[in-house]
Amino acid sequence: MEEKVIEARNLMKSFGDLDVLKGVDLDLLKGENLVVLGKSGSGKSVLIKIMVGLLKQDSGAMRVLGKDVANLGVKELNKLRLKIGFSFQNSALYDSMTVKENLEFPLVRNIKNLSRKEKDKKIEGLLDSVGLPQSINQMPSELSGGQKKRIGVARTLILEPEIMLYDEPTAGLDPITCMDINNLIVQVREEYNTSSIVITHDLTCAKVTGDRQAVLLDGQFDAVGTFEEVFPHAEDKRIKSFYDYNFINS
Amino acid sequence: MTEKAEDRKPLLSKKIDKFFTGLADAWNFVRRFFKEVFIPPYEFKEVVHQCYRIGVESLPLIALTGFIVGIVFTNQSRPSLSEFGATSWLPSLISIAVVRAMGPLVTALIAAGKVGSSIGAEIGSMKVTEQIDAMEVSATNPFKFLVVTRVLATTFMIPVLVMFTDFVALMGSFLSVNANENVSMLTFFIQVFDAISFLDIISSVLKALLFGFTIGIVGCYKGYNSSKGTEGVGRAANAAVVMAMFLIFIEELLVLQIVNAIRMM
Ligand SMILES: Nc1ncnc2c1ncn2[C@@H]1O[C@H](COP(=O)(O)OP(=O)(O)OP(=O)(O)O)[C@@H](O)[C@H]1O
Ligand SMILES: [Mg+2]
Repeated sequence: MEEKVIEARNLMKSFGDLDVLKGVDLDLLKGENLVVLGKSGSGKSVLIKIMVGLLKQDSGAMRVLGKDVANLGVKELNKLRLKIGFSFQNSALYDSMTVKENLEFPLVRNIKNLSRKEKDKKIEGLLDSVGLPQSINQMPSELSGGQKKRIGVARTLILEPEIMLYDEPTAGLDPITCMDINNLIVQVREEYNTSSIVITHDLTCAKVTGDRQAVLLDGQFDAVGTFEEVFPHAEDKRIKSFYDYNFINS
Repeated sequence: MTEKAEDRKPLLSKKIDKFFTGLADAWNFVRRFFKEVFIPPYEFKEVVHQCYRIGVESLPLIALTGFIVGIVFTNQSRPSLSEFGATSWLPSLISIAVVRAMGPLVTALIAAGKVGSSIGAEIGSMKVTEQIDAMEVSATNPFKFLVVTRVLATTFMIPVLVMFTDFVALMGSFLSVNANENVSMLTFFIQVFDAISFLDIISSVLKALLFGFTIGIVGCYKGYNSSKGTEGVGRAANAAVVMAMFLIFIEELLVLQIVNAIRMM
């Protein structure tokens, strides 16, 4: 049996009267790219926030790298978080810091006695691999949306995580930049050997980056499988409309 | 953790409930500050950075205001004193007014407007753009890095700024007294220091510490709990100023009662 890096079992989460997750089961296998699709507000971001302990589920279990996230102490949780790269929906770059300081932040706070030279080399290397070496001294406010996303990805990669969680990496970007980001996600997996979850509602992104697709419908995963299995011949109206909508519009 | 207090059925009315849960929230925030401030790692570098920022941000405005307050207060007091032929009391009067009340109050109010609002807005925008979450997932305690450092910085810097305001205000007053009553600087400052007691200085410093803490913690609290969206950030900044100013006046009143009680003893 293949190794599972993330296991969610019967996960429930509600906010007040709003039930967002209603019994989610999900496995992320080592080395795979899993795409999570779903309508806006279906709870995709909530799901991955539970994975890093930013939110706590009401019931059910979330195991990441064999650890039960909800019941970890602060130290252990932080240790686990260092192995997970979380790329935020809106990049969440620290806007009082330059691009370089943004990348430095996780590095200097978590790895002691790293020399200036090693640090700079690492930062420059990463900026190269996301294709933005010239932005090193810019402020986040001077970057475009797509550039911010890439810097955000670079910042999460700097600690060489085992798992990458991308929250809508291509939302709101033009098709060409989308393709750049999709390629970056594929390239990251090859270069850094990560297992990833990619959240999106863009089927092109899903097709290019995902080994498996999972569709979050009404608080549960309805269809899980390869792109061909899930989409073109979907019987469920909601999945079908998802597919039709995307390809009629592109 | 999962169920927020607001989600429960209201006990009295919704508004009153909200007031008390808000109070409890704020209290927990203050408690958390006192817990985390003593646990290592300490963010010395960030505290220094924040102190520097607060100083630079408010110094020009405080210098100007302090100076004007000194001159205006002197010129306003002169006519009443001269009726009794007592203009020679001006330095002592100004000294007491500035050191006991005006210095700390003026500084704190200006800092509440300038520093408190900027802390509220900054932390609020970090909250709504998920920068605080980003910090948390990169294994940094955002409360420590953002809140504790800023509160410490305001608590240390407001007393420093108060001393500066006192000095500038007295200088302003001196210029006026020197021009009108022909008093030398030495005489002026001898009278100034004669008029104030050790208790005045201690209470002034304590008050400044308290005001500084208030400005920092209120700004951070409002920012940390700001609602989603840019509107929430604006509201947080605004609420930080209003709340801090309100509390500063209340504290001023309380400290005054205590100090006067001590003075009577
Ligand atoms: N901290 C929170 N407090 C209250 N409600 C929340 C919170 N976080 C999320 N929600 C609610 O949970 C629901 C799911 O939110 P979530 O952010 O996971 O959606 P999403 O699937 O990521 O949507 P999008 O594609 O727009 O990002 C939404 O209705 C949202 O209002
Ligand atoms: Mg989302």
